Amino acid sequence: MRGTATGGAKRSRSAPYLLGLPALAYLGIFFVIPLVTLLKMSLSTNVGSVYEPTMVLDWHWANYSDAFSSYGAQFSRSFLYAGIATVLALLLGYPLAYVIAFRAGRYKNLLLGLVILPFFVTFLVRTLAWKTILSDTGWVVSLFDLLHVPMPDGRLLSTSWAVVFGLTYNFLPFMVLPIYVSLEKIELSLVDAAKDLYSAPWRAFRAVVLPLSLPGVFAGTLLTFIPAAGDFINAQYLGSAQNAMIGTVIQKQFIVVKDYPAAAALSFVLMAMILVGVLVYARVLGTEELT
Amino acid sequence: MGDEGVEPEESATAVAAAGAGSRDTIELDRVTKTFGDQIAVNDVGFGIAEGEFFSLLGPSGCGKTTTLRMIAGFEVPTSGSIRLAGADVSHVPPYKRNVNTVFQHYALFPHMTVRNNVAFGPRSKKVPKADARSRADEVIRVVRMEDFADRKPGQLSGGQQQRVALARALVNYPTALLLDEPLGALDLKLRQAMQLELKRIQREVGITFVYVTHDQEEALTMSDRIAVMSEGRVEQIGSPTEIYDAPATVFVAGFIGQANLWPCTVVGARNGTTSVEALGATLTAPSDEASPEGEATLMVRPERVRVSATDPRPAPGVNATVTDLVFQGPVIRLALAAADGSEIVAHVGSDHDLPFLRPGDEVTASWDTGAGRVLPGRPPAMDADDYFDEELAEDWESAPR
Ligand SMILES: Nc1ncnc2c1ncn2[C@@H]1O[C@H](COP(=O)(O)OP(=O)(O)OP(=O)(O)O)[C@@H](O)[C@H]1O
Ligand SMILES: [Mg+2]
Repeated sequence: MRGTATGGAKRSRSAPYLLGLPALAYLGIFFVIPLVTLLKMSLSTNVGSVYEPTMVLDWHWANYSDAFSSYGAQFSRSFLYAGIATVLALLLGYPLAYVIAFRAGRYKNLLLGLVILPFFVTFLVRTLAWKTILSDTGWVVSLFDLLHVPMPDGRLLSTSWAVVFGLTYNFLPFMVLPIYVSLEKIELSLVDAAKDLYSAPWRAFRAVVLPLSLPGVFAGTLLTFIPAAGDFINAQYLGSAQNAMIGTVIQKQFIVVKDYPAAAALSFVLMAMILVGVLVYARVLGTEELT
Repeated sequence: MGDEGVEPEESATAVAAAGAGSRDTIELDRVTKTFGDQIAVNDVGFGIAEGEFFSLLGPSGCGKTTTLRMIAGFEVPTSGSIRLAGADVSHVPPYKRNVNTVFQHYALFPHMTVRNNVAFGPRSKKVPKADARSRADEVIRVVRMEDFADRKPGQLSGGQQQRVALARALVNYPTALLLDEPLGALDLKLRQAMQLELKRIQREVGITFVYVTHDQEEALTMSDRIAVMSEGRVEQIGSPTEIYDAPATVFVAGFIGQANLWPCTVVGARNGTTSVEALGATLTAPSDEASPEGEATLMVRPERVRVSATDPRPAPGVNATVTDLVFQGPVIRLALAAADGSEIVAHVGSDHDLPFLRPGDEVTASWDTGAGRVLPGRPPAMDADDYFDEELAEDWESAPR
């Protein structure tokens, strides 16, 4: 009896580790090892040619300082575009998630399906479609002309706004879904309770719904901001050389120029900046929630 | 709605001065509520006096919650009107009504501490932060939760959450407190303790309580008056003793406590007594102006039935045969079969000297004339005892609203 009992206890204690093992192994092989390789590369020098690159690890820290000095503009542009896109996605996505969670009734599943629908078409194809939509001869530009909406240089394609709109569009579902999930979890009786305690609808939202949905907002903004900051497709197809983002640069360095050390160093700098940004953000939002 | 847009407190006092004529804090006048083609509440009307402990009692789906939600303002009556302290509030939103609700699952704000939960109402009413806090602390002390003021609801037991929910409502000095099965989620022991606690708090603060429950024992223990509801209608309103001793309908008789309900035929009424034929005998029961004629139901509570084996008497007793004998702790439950086959249930004290009774024994069942009641209509098809048994009550308890 005793033996079985302790055996059971032991098993249940090791169970979480066993359950996590496959994922850990997967991450170890396909994330950690390449990351170490990348780190080594970022400190190497290419002694070969463009056609046959050969890396020598010579602790070349200048790769990092070069990354900053040569591509500062692209870095700040990336964070600016991703930031604006995240704010736009939040402004569009929160009300949408709210409506789906609380007001959609029997259309809830239909609306959720529509939010996910774009995923059935490849990211690249969707962005190329936007290229057509925003083109100088497209209907959007004609409409804006008609309504005298000011556009930079009278066009939309190849402007920063096109890149930002593309990012917003492409990552909107990543904003909507986590917010929807956290709103959906809120008990409606809590809203009733707030109203019962003399809160007009707006205060009931401010004091109860919004704070309880913050985990979803947090997840949504990260899931939008992080991939948007590293994105290169939107900048490449909807922007011009003047709107290049850091993702575009890294992609060019790896695929076209084949300057692997520079590309690796840029990747690490991007990763570090995002990480620091996320930690600061988590800190700010975390303390917000307590008040 | 513009002219009704006054702060709850102001409107309450203004109306208290204006409506001095009417005594009742809460008045429902011919209130009906339908959801689609379903009638949830059907032509309900009653008044609740200030400081009263008033219960809405009835089986699942009879419209108790809907009635309460209309008083709170979460639902608008389809027809009829609701007055709070004399003012018609039928179309006033909940946040402009000076009543507060204790929700069945408490609905405490999970992201706030106990103190902030309790201070929420005053803060909504723009009471300065420090005042709101001290008012909250005061009420937290009344419900004996001062040691937990800085915890979040997730770190409290069910009973403690219950107290916080109560404090959060009481802190607003409401005209009335609306409670929807507030003890439904607690186990029996805690439930009984909280019943006493609720009564104590109600006496202490002197606020009108409107209490929804499907637990008849709870309603009988706590209430000044009870409204028994069935299928959207109010069957009877009265004090616990009135409802228990003088049920107005077969439904009330069967729902509150246990009752023998026998089909009977009224044969005459004289000098305040009605003669009926039932159980193969002619029996008498007190009559009042509402006494029915013709086909009716005779009700006698099991504990009022006397069983004697030693000395079979002539009328008004009923000759019967013992069919079953169950020891239930404080009482022995006897099932007898009358001459016409009807079942008579008698509860006799376990100190009763009936040790030798066995199924099949001949006995005489009798009761005082005052213990019987003649009710309109026929008894339900099933034996009321079986129909309203404990297990069903448990099911109602766990059923969602
Ligand atoms: N929002 C709603 N939409 C449709 N029907 C409803 C709604 N609310 C209540 N009903 C119906 O109205 C009837 C009365 O419901 P109510 O919740 O008032 O019952 P109750 O007496 O509180 O029951 P319980 O003891 O199970 O809580 C039920 O038949 C219910 O299905
Ligand atoms: Mg209910």
